[in-house]
Amino acid sequence: MQSHTIDIKTLRSSASTTDVDKMSTTIVVEGLNLFYAGANQALFDVSLDIPEKCVTAFIGASGCGKSSLLRCFNRMNDLIDGCDISGKITINGDDIYKDDVDVAELRRSVGMVFQKPNPFPKSIYENVAYGLRIQGINKERVLDEIVEKSLRAAALWDEVKDRLGDSALGLSGGQQQRLVIARCVAVEPKILLLDEPASALDPISTLKIEELIYELKNHYTILIVTHNMQQAARVSDVTAFMHLGKLVEVGSTETIFTNPNEKQTEDYITGRYG
Amino acid sequence: MANHEHISGSFADELEGVKNKLLEMGGLAEQQIKMAIEALNNDDKDVSKEVISRDDLVNELEVNIDEEASRIMALRQPAASDLRLVISVTKISTDLERIGDEAVKIARQVKILRQEPRSRTNYAEIKMIGERVSNMLRAALDAFTRLDPQAALGVKIEDKHVDDDFAAALDNMRVLMAEDASVIKSILCEIWVLKALERIGDHACNIAEQVIFLDKGIDVRHFSSAELRDLLAS
Repeated sequence: MQSHTIDIKTLRSSASTTDVDKMSTTIVVEGLNLFYAGANQALFDVSLDIPEKCVTAFIGASGCGKSSLLRCFNRMNDLIDGCDISGKITINGDDIYKDDVDVAELRRSVGMVFQKPNPFPKSIYENVAYGLRIQGINKERVLDEIVEKSLRAAALWDEVKDRLGDSALGLSGGQQQRLVIARCVAVEPKILLLDEPASALDPISTLKIEELIYELKNHYTILIVTHNMQQAARVSDVTAFMHLGKLVEVGSTETIFTNPNEKQTEDYITGRYG
Repeated sequence: MANHEHISGSFADELEGVKNKLLEMGGLAEQQIKMAIEALNNDDKDVSKEVISRDDLVNELEVNIDEEASRIMALRQPAASDLRLVISVTKISTDLERIGDEAVKIARQVKILRQEPRSRTNYAEIKMIGERVSNMLRAALDAFTRLDPQAALGVKIEDKHVDDDFAAALDNMRVLMAEDASVIKSILCEIWVLKALERIGDHACNIAEQVIFLDKGIDVRHFSSAELRDLLAS
């Protein structure tokens, strides 16, 4: 089993944009295999350590397994019939695939944002308050406070503060995506999983999301799947390259984009045939 | 360095184009040194003028290469070995432009030396160091073309010899000036020429360092010879 660990010291010296003192490993993946129905194997013996309060980007061609891997971190694959997983994922030392794990609680602490913004057909306010209400928090004063804090964290407050009662569906795509991020942030997760969060957005909205990711990493461990390699280069501290279900290389983003160790990584990021 | 074909053929063509332009500039710089030393040896005013006027061509190529490199960076966002290639091409073009300037400095001395009594040196040191640095430049450019870090290391080692030769030549010049005051002006001109040649050696060395950066992805500009040997042995 090939284990990929990141030299945090090296990362510290290169990651000028990160509050480096906070860096430590938060997620450990060991020998992870994932099969979809019909013995169709999507992940092969993936092992890596993911540092805390950093942005880790997963890059690779379509079908390389990066989204499958991302969905393992909040057990979204449990919802797929016939999906089978072996190996281990621990978050802060806790095995998330143990039988007694409360999956709903796991998904609260590991929030997820998808490619297409998926606000509920409710008001802006209620979208953000939704997760809190489910947790039984109904006090208006508490809700108001958390909704404002979350919308501010998602860099959306100034744009919506005067129309919190309006339907979320009336927001632009970029605003909807930031609202979805605010909804995630409201329930105070530890980790955010972003699956192509900006691929359906225009360049300006994309930049706003990227800026938001940069801000959010001070508080959350962020994992992002993206097809846009320049986006991975811009927003992440660590980049993992996957190919045909295998993790080929993981390292500081600076190293991966300037001098990767593996030929396959080099070929992929320079746009050559692998 | 990746040797697979780019999916984008036009990007591959652009990288190849800027590389070829750099080699053209390198060839021109080599020629400039050769002609400048020739003009000096033969007291040839016309050749020295030609060296001075052809410097514009070297300068023009530097500007062209930098423009092309900026364009590639802006439009293609090169990564890894492609990025290193673009960076090293711009660095090397700067060194080649400076080499062109040094050739002009040598050519300018021809006019002064023609009017002065010739010293006893018979330009022996100039010929020797001139040949050495010309070979270094050729070797550095070959190392770039073949992406050969070992050959680049050879250039770095050779530069130490050039520095020693330069120091020895200066000692000799001091003695000659002390012996015969009438040749002080010509000896000073020869020192200018020697200094220009020594600088050309330094620029060839810089080019060699870029070749190692291009191949290994490590900036070796301030590495000692021992560190360089260790790197290339690993």
